[in-house]
Amino acid sequence: MSAVTTPFPERSLEWNLPYRGKVGMVGLIVAESAIFTIFVVAYLFYLGKSLSGPTPREVLETPIFFTVCLLSSSLTIHLACKELQRGHRISFRILWSITIVLGALFLFGTAREWHRLIYERGLTISTNLFGTTYYSLVGLHATHVTAGLIMLGIVLLFSLADRVGMEQSARIETLSMYWHFVDAVWVVVFTVVYLIGR
Amino acid sequence: MSSDAMAIPSAGTAARPWVEVVHEWVTTVDHKRLGILYIVYALAFLVVGGIEATIIRIQLIRPHNDFVSPQVFNRMFTMHGTTMIFFVAMPVLFGFANYLVPLMIGARDMAFPRLNAFSFWLTAFGGILLYFSFLGGSGLYGAGNAPDVGWWAYAPLAAKAFSPGHSSDYWTIALLVSGFGSVGTAINLIATILCMRCPGMTLNRMPLLAWLNLVMSGMVLIVITPLTAAQIMLLVDRYLGGHFFDTQAGGSATIWMHFFWIFGHPEVYVLIIPCFAFMSEIIPVFSRKPIFGYPVMVGATVCIAFVSLSVWAHHMFTIGMNSYANSFFTITTMVVGVPTGIKIFNWLGTMWGGRIQFKTPMLFSIGFLFQFLIAGLTGIMLASAPFDWQLSLSYFVVAHFHYVIVGGILFALFAAFYYWYPKITGRMLSETLGKFHFWLFLIGFHVTFDVMHIPGLLGMPRRIYTYEPRPGWETLNLIVTIGAFIQGIAILIFVTNLVLSYFKGAKAGNDPWDAWTLEWSVSSPPPPYNFASIPVVASRRPLWDLKHPEDPDSRYE
Amino acid sequence: MRRTEQTRRLVSKAAGIAVLLGGGLLAGSLCFGASQNPSQVPSIFDPHSTPAESIYQLSHFVLLITGLIFAVVFTLLTYVVVKYRKRPCDADREPTQVYGSTQIELAWTVIPILIVVVLFLATARVIHSIQDAQKPASALEVVAIGHQFWWEFRYPRLGIITANELHVLVSDPAQPTPTFLTLLSADTDHSFWVPQLAGKTDLIPNRVNHMWMDPYQTGVFLGQCAQYCGTQHAKMLLRVYVESSGEFDAWVHAQQQPAVRDEDVSAGRRVFETTSCINCHAIGGSVADGRFGPDLTHLMSRHTIASGAAENTKANLRLWVQTPDAIKPGSLMPAMQLSNPDLDALVDYLVTLR
Repeated sequence: MSAVTTPFPERSLEWNLPYRGKVGMVGLIVAESAIFTIFVVAYLFYLGKSLSGPTPREVLETPIFFTVCLLSSSLTIHLACKELQRGHRISFRILWSITIVLGALFLFGTAREWHRLIYERGLTISTNLFGTTYYSLVGLHATHVTAGLIMLGIVLLFSLADRVGMEQSARIETLSMYWHFVDAVWVVVFTVVYLIGR
Repeated sequence: MSSDAMAIPSAGTAARPWVEVVHEWVTTVDHKRLGILYIVYALAFLVVGGIEATIIRIQLIRPHNDFVSPQVFNRMFTMHGTTMIFFVAMPVLFGFANYLVPLMIGARDMAFPRLNAFSFWLTAFGGILLYFSFLGGSGLYGAGNAPDVGWWAYAPLAAKAFSPGHSSDYWTIALLVSGFGSVGTAINLIATILCMRCPGMTLNRMPLLAWLNLVMSGMVLIVITPLTAAQIMLLVDRYLGGHFFDTQAGGSATIWMHFFWIFGHPEVYVLIIPCFAFMSEIIPVFSRKPIFGYPVMVGATVCIAFVSLSVWAHHMFTIGMNSYANSFFTITTMVVGVPTGIKIFNWLGTMWGGRIQFKTPMLFSIGFLFQFLIAGLTGIMLASAPFDWQLSLSYFVVAHFHYVIVGGILFALFAAFYYWYPKITGRMLSETLGKFHFWLFLIGFHVTFDVMHIPGLLGMPRRIYTYEPRPGWETLNLIVTIGAFIQGIAILIFVTNLVLSYFKGAKAGNDPWDAWTLEWSVSSPPPPYNFASIPVVASRRPLWDLKHPEDPDSRYE
Repeated sequence: MRRTEQTRRLVSKAAGIAVLLGGGLLAGSLCFGASQNPSQVPSIFDPHSTPAESIYQLSHFVLLITGLIFAVVFTLLTYVVVKYRKRPCDADREPTQVYGSTQIELAWTVIPILIVVVLFLATARVIHSIQDAQKPASALEVVAIGHQFWWEFRYPRLGIITANELHVLVSDPAQPTPTFLTLLSADTDHSFWVPQLAGKTDLIPNRVNHMWMDPYQTGVFLGQCAQYCGTQHAKMLLRVYVESSGEFDAWVHAQQQPAVRDEDVSAGRRVFETTSCINCHAIGGSVADGRFGPDLTHLMSRHTIASGAAENTKANLRLWVQTPDAIKPGSLMPAMQLSNPDLDALVDYLVTLR
C-alpha cells in the first residue's frame, strides 16, 4: 500500500492516562502478593501436622510492640509523602527518617525473636514443619522489609543531598506504595501466625 | 506523518567494528532490539530443544533400544520440556510483544526500557545456567549433570534424598531467575499498555494484540509467582533442611503438585493467549474483514484467564482426590473450553464473507484453527476425570499437549514470523520457501502427533526410556519418529528462509499486507523513535480509516 | 494457481483425516486382532473389569460428542476456506465489513454450555460409581506399596507378602469378589496402571490411596508404573494374574508356606545368609528379613524378575545378582561382587525357592 499522505486526525482531546510508575508498582505488588499467598497457604496447610518438636502455642510470643512500630511507619511514610507534595523538604526528611527507624526496629524485633526461638526454644527451620513454614514465611516478609529499608535509605541519602523535592513526589509516592504493601503483608502474616496459628 | 521519517545520519555506510555493534546490542534498551534479541534467543533454543526431542524419538524408535542410557534419556525429556516452555515459548512471545506492543499503541518505547533490558538478560541468563548443568553439574554416584526429574520436578523425587548433587538445583535456580525476568516484562507490558497509548486509543480501540498481551501479562504476575514460591520452598528443603515436601517429616508430596499446577495450567494459557493475539491480527487482514466480535473476543479472553485459574488439578486426577474434588475440576476444565471455542467461532466468523488470501501467514493460521480445534477436543476428553484415569500419564496426553503447543502455538508463531518479518527486517520472507515449510511441517506434524495418540490408548505411559515389544507400540513409535524427522527438515527450511531473505528478500515497504494497525504506518524496519509524531486515532483500524476515508470504522464504532 | 492451492489444502485436510481414521482403524484392529491373545495389548478399549468398563462406556459418549463437534466445526472451516477464497475477479474490492452479531455470539455460547452440562453430568455419575463404591465383605484386600522400581504386594488377611506379580480372584458378576487395593509408597510417587482392569491411581508417600477392580475373566493382564519415579521408571512393570477360585486358593496356600529348605543347596543358603542380601531381602523362616527389596520366599513362583524386566530363569538370576545394570541399569539392586563358586551356589539355592 502506498505511503499515506493525509495526517492522522488532529489531537483535540483530553488524554490522561495513569502514571506508569504507580501502575508498575501495582503490578509488582500483585506478583509479590501471589508469592506470599503460596507461603501462607503452606503455613496454614501444615498447621498441626508437625510430627514432633515445639508447637506454635508453646514457643511463639506475640510481637505487639514491633508490630505497632511497623504499622506506625505506614502512617509516618504517608505523612512524609504529604509533606513532600507541599514542598516541605525538612519535615519530609524527618518523617522519612522516622519511618526508617521504625522499620529497622521491626527488623530488630524479628531478629531478637528468632534468636530466642533458636537458642532458647530449639526451633530452627529444620526442626519440624512448623519451623520450616514459620521461618520461611516470616523470613520472606523480613527480606521484603529489608529491601524496602534499603530503598528508603537510598532516598534518605538523596534527600540529605537536597535532591528530593516536590518534583519527585510521584516517585516517592510509588515507593511508599511498596512500603504500605509490606505493612499489609505483615497484617496478614501476623494474623495467620500469631492469631490463627496458635 | 510517521512514514516521512526524519533523516538520520546513516550509521551503516562505513563498516563499523563488530565490537561496537555487539556493544550496541548488549546495552540496548530499545524495545525493538530487545524484541529481536528475545526472538533470536528463542529460535536458538528451539533448535536445541528439537535436538533433544530427536534424541528421544530415536531412542524410542524400537523396543529395548540402546541409543542412549536411561539416565541420559531422562535428562533429555526433562531438558526438552523445560527448554521449550521457558526458553523458547515464553521468550519468543515476550519478544513479539516487546516489539509490537509499543508500535501498535502509538508509543515510542515500553514504559520501563531499562527494566525491559534487565528482564531480557535475566531470562537469557536463566537459560544459560540451565544448560551449564551439562558441563558443571556434578554430584554423587554420577547423579549430577543436567536435571532429570521431569519438567515438573515432582516431590519427593526432586528432594535431596532422591536427587543428590546439583542437577535439580540448576533446574530450580535457572527457572527462578528467568521467572523474575518474566514478571519484569509482564509489569512493563501492563504499564505500557495502560499508560502509553496514543491519544484517541481508548481501551475499546486498542488492537487485540495489545488487549491479549495485557491479559497475558496480568496472568503472568499471579501465575509465575506460585512457581517461584514453590521453588524457594524446594531450595529451603534442599539446602536449609526444610520439610516443605519432606514426606518423612509429615510433609506432603501433593502440595508440591498443587503449587506447581496452579502455575502450570494457567501457564499454558499464558502461552496460547499471545498466539490468539497473532491470529486475531492476521486472520482479519488476510480475510479482508475486521475481527468478528471484538468485545466478545476481549471478554472471552478475560474469561479464559479467570477460569483457567480454577482448573489446575485436572493434572492431578489420578492422585486420589475425592469424588467431589474430581467432579469440580472436571466441570471447570470443561467450562474453560467454552470461551476458547467462542474464539474459534469468531475467527471463522471473521473469515466468513471475506476474500481469503492464502499467503503463508494465512496458511499457518488455517492450520492453527484446524489443530487447535482437535487439541481442544482431546482436552475435553482429558477433562472427563474417569477417562483421564486411563489417558493421563500416557502418550495420549503427550500427543494432546504437543498438539496444542506445536499444532497451535508453533503454527501461530510461524504465521506471526511470516507476517511481521517484513516489518522487522524490511524484507519479505520467500513465499516459495514458506509454502514448502508449511506443507512439510504440516505433514510431519500430523504423522507424528496424530499417530502418537494411539500408543497412549494402547497403554504406553510417558517418560519411559524404553518399552516392551507390545503389539502396535513398535510400529506406531517408528511412524512417530519418522514424522519428527520431517518436521526437522521443515524447520531447517524455515531457518534458511529467515537467513536468506534477510539478504535477498524483496523489499517490503511500509505496508506489504495492506493492513490496518499502526505498526504498518511506519517504515520497515521502523526508525528507532518509532513515530515522528505521536499518532492520534479515532477507531480500531486507523489505517483503514485513512485508506477508506469514505467509509471509516470510526463511523460504526 | 489459486485453485491448485485450494485443492492442495483440501487434499491435505483429507489426508489429515485419513491419517486419523487410519490410525483409529489400526488401533481398532490391534485391539480386536489382539483378542486372540487378549492380555498382550494393555488397551484401554479392552476392559475386563467394571471400573475399566465404566470408563469405556463413558469414553464412547465423550468421543461421540467431541466427534460431532469436530465434524461441525471442520465442515464450517472447510466451507469458509473454499467459499470465501479470493478470486481473481475480486481485484481490489474489499468485502462487506461486518463487526459482529450478538445473536450469533449468544448461540455459540449457549450451545457449548449445554454440551458441557450434559458431558459433566455423564462424567460425574461415573466418577461417583467408581470412587465411592462400597467395599463388600467378600472383597480381597491387597496393600500395594510402590518402591523404586518394584511393587510390593501384601495380603494382610492371608499373611502373604510378595512382589511384582499380583494374583487376584476372578469376580463373578452374580456373586462379586472384587479386589480392593490400598496404595502406599515407600519412597517417591508411582502409579498403578493396568489399563484393562481399571484407570490408574497414584502411590504417593505419606498418603493412602484406594482403588478396586473386579476382573470377570481369568488371564494375565499387563501394566506398568505410570508416574515417573526415577531412572528405571520404564521397567517397573506389572502383571495381574486373574485366577479361578481353585487356582487362587492353591496359589495362596503355596505362598503361605515357609521357604523350601533343601539341604542340597545349603552352601548357597549360607552365601545368602552371610552376605548383605539379608539387609534388603526376606526369606520366610530364615534369618533374612530385609524389606528394602522384594520378598524372595517364593521367588520361583514368579514368571519374571526385576519387576518384569527379565524372565525368571537361572541364567537371568545369575546375571541379575552379578551385574544388575545389564538388565536394569540404575536400579537399586547392587552388584554383589561374588566369586563364581559363591554365585553358582547362591543361584542354585535361589531356584529352590518355589
